[in-house]
Amino acid sequence: MRDGLRVKPYARLTEEQIRRVHAASMLILEDPGVLVGHEEAAGLFNRGGARVKRTATPGLWAVSIPRGMVERALSTAPQVVRLGARDPAHALLLDGRDPCIHFGSGSESNFILDLETSTWVCKDDPAREGIFPTFKKKRGTVADLCRAAHLAENLEHLDFFIRPINIQDEEITEQNKDVNKFFACLDNTSKHVMAGLTDVEQLDHVLHMAEIVAGGRQALQENPVISFITCVVKSPLELVSEATERLLRFCRRRIPVVISSSPQGGSTAPIEELGMVSQINAEILSAVVLSQLAAEGAPVIYGSVPVRARMDNLHDMYGAPEFNQYNIDCVQMARFYGLPCYSTAGVADAKVPGIQSTVEKTLSHLFMAHSGAHLIHYAFGLLEETQTFSLEQAILDNLHIGLVKMICQEPQVNDEAVDRSLAVIRKVMASSIRLFARYTRRKLHAGELFIAYPFEGDSSADTTLLRVKEELERIDSLPAKPLPAEIRERIFREVPGLLERLRQGGATSAYTG
Amino acid sequence: MRKSLAQGIAAGRILVEAISGGMEIVGRKFEQGEYYIPDMLASAEAVGVAMEILAPHLTAAANLKPKGKFILATVEKDQHDIGKNIVGIMLKGAGFQLVDLGVNVPACRIADAIEREGADFVGLSALLDTTMRYMGHTIEELKRRQLRSRVKVLIGGAPTSPEFAREIGADAHCKDAFAAVETANRLAEGRF
Ligand code: B12
Repeated sequence: MRDGLRVKPYARLTEEQIRRVHAASMLILEDPGVLVGHEEAAGLFNRGGARVKRTATPGLWAVSIPRGMVERALSTAPQVVRLGARDPAHALLLDGRDPCIHFGSGSESNFILDLETSTWVCKDDPAREGIFPTFKKKRGTVADLCRAAHLAENLEHLDFFIRPINIQDEEITEQNKDVNKFFACLDNTSKHVMAGLTDVEQLDHVLHMAEIVAGGRQALQENPVISFITCVVKSPLELVSEATERLLRFCRRRIPVVISSSPQGGSTAPIEELGMVSQINAEILSAVVLSQLAAEGAPVIYGSVPVRARMDNLHDMYGAPEFNQYNIDCVQMARFYGLPCYSTAGVADAKVPGIQSTVEKTLSHLFMAHSGAHLIHYAFGLLEETQTFSLEQAILDNLHIGLVKMICQEPQVNDEAVDRSLAVIRKVMASSIRLFARYTRRKLHAGELFIAYPFEGDSSADTTLLRVKEELERIDSLPAKPLPAEIRERIFREVPGLLERLRQGGATSAYTG
Repeated sequence: MRKSLAQGIAAGRILVEAISGGMEIVGRKFEQGEYYIPDMLASAEAVGVAMEILAPHLTAAANLKPKGKFILATVEKDQHDIGKNIVGIMLKGAGFQLVDLGVNVPACRIADAIEREGADFVGLSALLDTTMRYMGHTIEELKRRQLRSRVKVLIGGAPTSPEFAREIGADAHCKDAFAAVETANRLAEGRF
């Protein structure tokens, strides 16, 4: 089991404010209720006690959900969800009432940023030259995904893996995308793998692959090496057909699933905090109700990804201060219901690594860690509002998340600490040079101290990115930990659609290919 | 608007001085960073409503050229519509007649609508790499039904690009709603 970090959660909302948000969400669920674009789901709601009416649009129902149905669903949705891993040492235990944080990657950026370095000569003084980074955007491939998963395996603070890059090779089709992306992930990291499904008809193939990896159907139930994300909700307040179908199937197969909603304050949800949070909370709860109607006790995770709309183009925005406000509130709501929470931090609106990206990322890494969310996704390498992924940025994010985790550590205040501190202070005061340096040695050599920023530059220029590039090269050269040969063979025999070039296994073969 | 008409102010003058003049001010304020997209959408919506009231009062002499009918859709298997909706509001505000088919619209329904409505333009939106290809399918469908030469095809959405537009044989790629209005205006000039 991988230990998460237990934090003392920062409470932005008071108890009384949490109750108000809850009450507002209950009123929203009754009126206007939610739109449901899935016939079977509309039927389930109806039988469960909701008021269901046809709308003018064929295939779309208006569903008004009474408070009692929500309470019933919350009483059967499990408080504890276990996410397994290829290497059981990386399994995660999520307890809705226990604010224990884990950081992961995400999501499906279409572009990857290549960092190139070149030597530049100063025009004004040709005797001066320097090496500077430049960036090139290119479309993501299977090889990039393998490389990202291999990096993830080696990033200390990455607790679970969501494909950060969309695979867009020539040979990838809607039908073979799911098996290839899951295989690329599972073959290159032994941590928990989470993803959405592109084609719901591939579910059996993907689950079969996971069963082979876990060691059988029962073994997969006990050690779910994969889990799913589904954006059931299209804000405002609509459960869309395809994603609802996915939710029903995931729940019936009892595979953990993140029920995610991502409204944008100012375009698909109110911009005001209370309006946004009551709406997204109602949206997620409506899908939690559906999950429990479909399969009582199905493991679901409260997936809140509220963002702000950017006012000059209505794009989604992650660096806005409101982003943190919305997200912290949602984590508090999930905890109020005792559901494990999937939240968000670390996306930069900035297009390349630099000052802007660092500020944007650090603020949300810090606040969302303090919020006590169980799964903090999007946390590694994302730039340009999730549209671009950078491996170098992921390395920086790993470092910064490590710092954030240190800040969140519980204070050690007990009798022993008091005695020890008093003793040291008295000794130092009694000495001639009154310096504490020699008394740092215990902590220093126990590896508990922050030493220095590992990618520190010199005084002539900011060389951090150059050093990060070297670190990436080092990590790339670390040996892969592919799936055992007999498991890979079996997967290739029994799961259709895998690219032949993934057969060799190991990140290196794939990304040199 | 109704008050001005009741006072006997000519519809053509209202159009030029109030509406076009107002939109110019709004556009300038946007460029100067004083106004934002919500302001632009509100103005475009106001113009849309004003034009409906004004239309019956405008005579041919008022030099109001019809800009044409614009069909807008998010392609098959794609639910994303924030961008498409912004484009729609802005086009309507710019004087195009808009028919919005919504999201997840298969190629054949788009072709049906073009035929039914006698559209001059079709705008396709896609936000997923997997659904982009349905833009190409839609154009193929238009060719198959001999509709392609009747309409100008504009495409947009984050994963698309000018190269992609060329590849699938669309007339233009637009990076945002402003580009959409500009391009549609340009193409409309050429048509009438
Ligand atoms: C909001 C959003 C959603 C919302 C959609 C809400 C809605 N009402 O549209 C929801 C939550 C429903 C959603 C769902 C999903 N999404 Co989504 N989504 C986004 C997000 C965050 C923003 C898109 C957006 O609205 N941008 C703002 C608008 C204003 O910009 P725009 O769309 O580009 O439009 C402008 C221009 O492009 C242009 N334009 C656009 N269309 C047109 C059309 C014409 C004719 C013209 C001329 C111009 C034009 O003008 C517009 C205005 O300026 C993007 C990430 C991103 N940053 O792009 C992901 C993103 C597009 N989604 C993604 C994914 C993966 C999904 C899901 C598959 C998630 C899942 N795991 O279930 C589902 C798919 C559902 C489906 N079948 O379509 C990925 C796509 C990756 C890929 N494969 O290509 C992205 C890139 C996020 C990511 N990095 O992972 N999503």
